[in-house]
Amino acid sequence: MAEALLALCDVRVQHGSSTVLRLHFAVHVGEVVVVIGPNGAGKSTLLRVMGLLQRPSSGSVYFHGEQATAKNSLAMRRHMASVFQEPLLLDGTVYDNAALGLKLRGFRRDEIERELRPWLKRLGIDHLAERRARTLSGGEAQRTSLVRGLVLDPSLLLLDEPFAALDAPTRETLLLDLREILAETGITAVMVTHDLKEAAALGQRIGVLHRGELLQLGPQLEVFRRPVNEAAASIVGMETRIAAVAERTEGQITTMRFNGGSANVTGDFPAGAQVTLCIRPEDIRISRHGDGKSCAKSDVHIKTKIARIAPSIAEYRISLRADCGCLTALVSKPSFDGLSLREGDEALASFSPDAIHGI
Amino acid sequence: MELIGQGIVKAIELVFGGDSEVWAITWLSLKISGTATLISLLWGIPLGIALALSRFPGRAIAVALVNTGMGLPPVVVGLFISILFWRSGPVGFLELIYTPSAMIIAQVVIALPIVAGVTMAAFQSLDPNLALQLIGIGASKRQALWLLCKEARLPLLAAVMAGFGAVISEVGASMMVGGNIRGQTRVLTTATVLETGKGNFDAAIALGLILLALCFALNLFLSHVQQRGQLKWPRLS
Repeated sequence: MAEALLALCDVRVQHGSSTVLRLHFAVHVGEVVVVIGPNGAGKSTLLRVMGLLQRPSSGSVYFHGEQATAKNSLAMRRHMASVFQEPLLLDGTVYDNAALGLKLRGFRRDEIERELRPWLKRLGIDHLAERRARTLSGGEAQRTSLVRGLVLDPSLLLLDEPFAALDAPTRETLLLDLREILAETGITAVMVTHDLKEAAALGQRIGVLHRGELLQLGPQLEVFRRPVNEAAASIVGMETRIAAVAERTEGQITTMRFNGGSANVTGDFPAGAQVTLCIRPEDIRISRHGDGKSCAKSDVHIKTKIARIAPSIAEYRISLRADCGCLTALVSKPSFDGLSLREGDEALASFSPDAIHGI
Repeated sequence: MELIGQGIVKAIELVFGGDSEVWAITWLSLKISGTATLISLLWGIPLGIALALSRFPGRAIAVALVNTGMGLPPVVVGLFISILFWRSGPVGFLELIYTPSAMIIAQVVIALPIVAGVTMAAFQSLDPNLALQLIGIGASKRQALWLLCKEARLPLLAAVMAGFGAVISEVGASMMVGGNIRGQTRVLTTATVLETGKGNFDAAIALGLILLALCFALNLFLSHVQQRGQLKWPRLS
């Protein structure tokens, strides 16, 4: 792995007697890390500490291997840029606002024009350049705020839920724009969000933040499929969690018994261990009883009753009740329509043993 | 009615007839109140910003003091400044009583809390995260503070208007610490009181009108600056 661009060592942030943040964390040159966590997990505090906007109660921050101090933090901050959920723009034109960071760094007027114009075009707000910033829509304001940061060519771009306040179509196009820009420029970026879709779209590595602690940090697939504990499983959207007991292990396969069935799960668990089996909702399929759809022999089948159907445009989220607990399945609208199921109906939930992660 | 009519005629005569004493009084009023406002801005704006942005023990008391100061009766200010500067008073040796300097000091005491209070309100109306965002794109503390001031410039102009308006029109303190000495400490307000007392209503009305015109001209200018480029409010029906 490349050198650590920014590292938080033993960082702790206290508010009075409560600990808001307590972690080790390092970002490497060229990567995009997304930290996910529920509200109040300490995401914004994490970004403020990383951006040297807030001094931690204890521990230290290293940028390019050098420890941040009161003296050198301004110089360090000038190699970073932060973009926030609410873009607070100054009273002035879009151009003035986008140019602000360059102005603060003492760029000349012609240099600003040369640097800024391509970015205004890239983010599609060049035609708004002379508009007053206060008359912009939320999406346009956030684009201005992104230009304001990106034009600085930062070594580190910090994004604090930049899409959270936008409407869905705006959010999606801006997310894809940002994804392309990060890939093109290779800018190192850290984004915090509570939105799994955004994390999946941007993050090469994903961090899971819970009550100020980093539960897990790793490649996207690993974090989304192999959470380290139940709190992490809940944050990464592994909604189905079944309590089971390990019976016997053969090779790397352990047979798990749960109320109403059993499953062979990859992993070495001691016999008699209490294990939680986690399954992602999109991995669970639903069929009517006994219509024996073509599914692999090794699949796990659980008899369930449909407790709740949450309809949406493309996919339905279905809560199922079984002897072993509650399951959640995400079913595409066409296949759900084909089943014509209603709340209270009996249904068979099936999933591949590979989809199970035991913790 | 006749009185007012005569007063207006007399006022026009005084102003445009080149009565040098009226002009001297007007000029002195502007000089004293202008200087006092300037000093109040120099001290009051930083004080207001400090009260708005910082947290320290006793801040609530300081804010309450400033807010009380915003409504300080000029007569009371005049009384205390007089006691201080009286020849036998604690700082009597400065020999400032009945001088324009003493009037400036009294007017600063009146205007400073007004400027500080309005400045504090102006800064508190800004989004608290604005400073953070400015620093987040590389502003130094000084740059961030300057940008915040620029952002709050409209309400800060209100501080100028309120401060100047309060001191140009006050009479109690000027009378007590200035003494209304002809050619030395006689200003528009004290002269108006004097002329009214003497029964010269036309002269009093003339002085009053000059004072009003002065306030109006200044506020017209500042309002123009303040309202320029303001976003239009939607019509509320």
